Amino acid sequence: MGWYIGKRVLQMVPVFIGATLLVYAMVFLVPGDPIQAMFGERAVNPNVAAQIRQQYHLDQPFINQYLIWLGGIFQGDFGTSFSGRPVIDEIAQVYPTTVRLALMALVLEAVLGVVLGAVAGLRRGRWFDSTALVLSLLLIAVPTFVMGFLLQAVVGVKLKWLPVTVGADVSLRSLLMPAFVLASVSIAYVLRLTRTSVAENAQADFVRTARAKGLGAGQVVRRHILRNSLIPVVTFLGVDLGALMGGAIVTEGIFNIPGVGNKLFQAIIRGQGPTVVSLVTILVLVFMLTSLIVDLLYAALDPRIRLV
Amino acid sequence: MTFRRKGAAMMAAALAVALSLGACSQGGTDGGDAPTGSPVLMNGTEPQNPLIPTSTNEVGGGRIIDNLFARLVYYTADGETKMDMAESVTSDDDQVWTAKLKAGQVFSNDEPVDAAAFVDAWNWAANPANAQLNASWFSIIEGYEDVQDGTADTLSGLEVVDETTFTITLVAPDPNAVIQLGYSAYSPLPKSAFDDIAAYGQNPIGNGPYKLASDDAWQHDVQIELVPNDKYTGDRQPKNVGVTYVFYQDNKAAYNDILADNLDVLDQIPNDFMESFVAELGDRAVNETGSLFQSFTIPSRLEHFDGDEGALRRQALSLAINRQEICDTVFAGSRTPAKEFSSPLMPGWSDSIPGNAILGYDPTEAQRLWAAADAISPWTGQFKIAYNADGPHAEWVQAVLNSIHNTLGIETAPDPYPTFQASRTVITDRTIQSAFRTGWQADYPSIYNYLAPLYSSAAADGQGSNDGDYKNPQFDAELAAGLSETDMADAAVQFNKAQEILLRDLPAIPLWYQNIIGAKSTNVSNVLFGWDTVPIAYLIEKAA
Repeated sequence: MGWYIGKRVLQMVPVFIGATLLVYAMVFLVPGDPIQAMFGERAVNPNVAAQIRQQYHLDQPFINQYLIWLGGIFQGDFGTSFSGRPVIDEIAQVYPTTVRLALMALVLEAVLGVVLGAVAGLRRGRWFDSTALVLSLLLIAVPTFVMGFLLQAVVGVKLKWLPVTVGADVSLRSLLMPAFVLASVSIAYVLRLTRTSVAENAQADFVRTARAKGLGAGQVVRRHILRNSLIPVVTFLGVDLGALMGGAIVTEGIFNIPGVGNKLFQAIIRGQGPTVVSLVTILVLVFMLTSLIVDLLYAALDPRIRLV
Repeated sequence: MTFRRKGAAMMAAALAVALSLGACSQGGTDGGDAPTGSPVLMNGTEPQNPLIPTSTNEVGGGRIIDNLFARLVYYTADGETKMDMAESVTSDDDQVWTAKLKAGQVFSNDEPVDAAAFVDAWNWAANPANAQLNASWFSIIEGYEDVQDGTADTLSGLEVVDETTFTITLVAPDPNAVIQLGYSAYSPLPKSAFDDIAAYGQNPIGNGPYKLASDDAWQHDVQIELVPNDKYTGDRQPKNVGVTYVFYQDNKAAYNDILADNLDVLDQIPNDFMESFVAELGDRAVNETGSLFQSFTIPSRLEHFDGDEGALRRQALSLAINRQEICDTVFAGSRTPAKEFSSPLMPGWSDSIPGNAILGYDPTEAQRLWAAADAISPWTGQFKIAYNADGPHAEWVQAVLNSIHNTLGIETAPDPYPTFQASRTVITDRTIQSAFRTGWQADYPSIYNYLAPLYSSAAADGQGSNDGDYKNPQFDAELAAGLSETDMADAAVQFNKAQEILLRDLPAIPLWYQNIIGAKSTNVSNVLFGWDTVPIAYLIEKAA
């Protein structure tokens, strides 16, 4: 097992270099000159522009810029953004908020999705099942921003049950509504995945055997049906965590959450290579780590899967 | 003069007096001096640069800088220039100016606001080695060129006379130089700033009406908290216990917050709510004429747009656009059709400059002029207007092009660029092959600031913001004549004469002025928007 983890970690190195190089290249290829844009519609002072270009290594060829950045991060230096802040500070500031939001969304989708899905799967074809299916279809069909604005207007502005926006207050209470909006589509997917899986396993031979040898209904559901049904769900949740962290731009905008999505968007618009790549690098690492954890979880859930 | 504006401001002032009288009689405090209550919450955006006056050239940081720092002079809501740190700024020949500071003024950390605080800050900012975005502001001062090419470290035109006096020698006489000195780039810096300017930019010490509430008052991407600076002795005394700028990524979120009374002042309304916001907010809604001038520029190097043919085509295009209809329908009344090239909030603005009928809508005349141009050289191709798609421009560009197409019967097409950055680059390197949207907001309240940077020959060819490279010696001469007027009202009259030439040549086609549209919560009063359309923080009063 230790060998397996070591091998997986080693595999991350080429993925890491490839991904960062690709992202850096894409930022570099964004049309327009970021320094010119800093002057807005006013005349560019060429001396000042040259000084800034030098300061941010923008006067160097692309590959040098990338190598300077790469060299920096091995010394813990992620570069400086145009606002004069070390990128590492920006990362340290936005990630905790985004991680908190993503984890809340993940818990919501895991709990709601699995519980509702399992109940629906066990009562296939009954009214609860049909209702859950229709509701999940609705969640999938309604775009995130519609759901976001709707909840914000009703629950926030009209009823005043929850804060309208998050801003400085990143408490669990103020993040509850955005987390639900962020999780809504995934809740539907988890629900449907669990339902199908549970319904299938409920009729499997080993479940009939378990029943035949006299196990109680609860035991059968917990130890045999659910455990076997969770493998596809865990895969989905693992991959989704990365997506939740990187893909919350819309939700962050609606609820004014100072997180990764907004920072990333602003940095792309302003052509700030080091900031974009540093933020994305961490997302890449999160993706790689969660997929490793998911693979390890397989073995725990299903003893037939052995890690070589 | 600014009739409409003046009236509104006077009414607001009267209202403010009435309100403060009411507060006195109710509270019974001695004089009602110290404001009470909670901080005023205003919308903002995360500053894009360090909070150093000469580093800040965008509105998100600019409104904070204006509260943290005080210059020699400041501007009132009406755009009048008044003394702030200075006791007097005088000159005998309009070229060598003597600034005399009020004695005993200090920064919020008790460092003196003396002549050196100004001179050192300006010298530092003008030096390109310090990479200040606003360095070009000091080009009006003698010695700027030497500092730019590295032959001198300091501006020869700045000289400290004594503790509270310094002289500014300009490169050319300018009777109205004082007006410019109110721009934020001309702020002083405390000596300690230069010890570690990077750290200073994150945690600035200023001399303005407000200071940062604490060392970590600037929560990046979230908000910045300002409290009154009791060391400030100027006119701009805060009427509230503090101002917090809440940074929004999306103005729809800010709009929902103002609906829920979670935000006190909002200075923009999202496009989606433009039609409904007045109905929804009632007397909390604000919609008044603003100072952002919008236009599109047609470079004369484009085929068909030079010489006599070009002049006819420009006039025809201008007459072909139904500005009023677009302002009413596309913008739901949040724009006002342009009458000239500056803004109604500028002192000396006139809506009756001879020749401004060309900014009306007259399809028959437009067709006649277009046909006359065709007689010189027949029209070929499409007429395109370029814009940056990361801003809210697609709709009005389409509407303008439709109006042109319907009137003149020519093929038109929008020409979007993905980002502001991308469009600016092709405009600046002059490779753009179409007309493009342009907009301008003055940095200090003068019609001159709308004209010289955009249309003077000196600002062409990359030396300024004359992106269409318009050159007309006659126009330059009229501008210069305006500059040499000592009386501001006379100067404005002269600038408007220069505008007559612009109305004939139409280097840019004026479209409309963007209104000040905003909203306030039920908790605040005395919300005034300045000549620069920014709500004036220190005047706002908030009930506890």
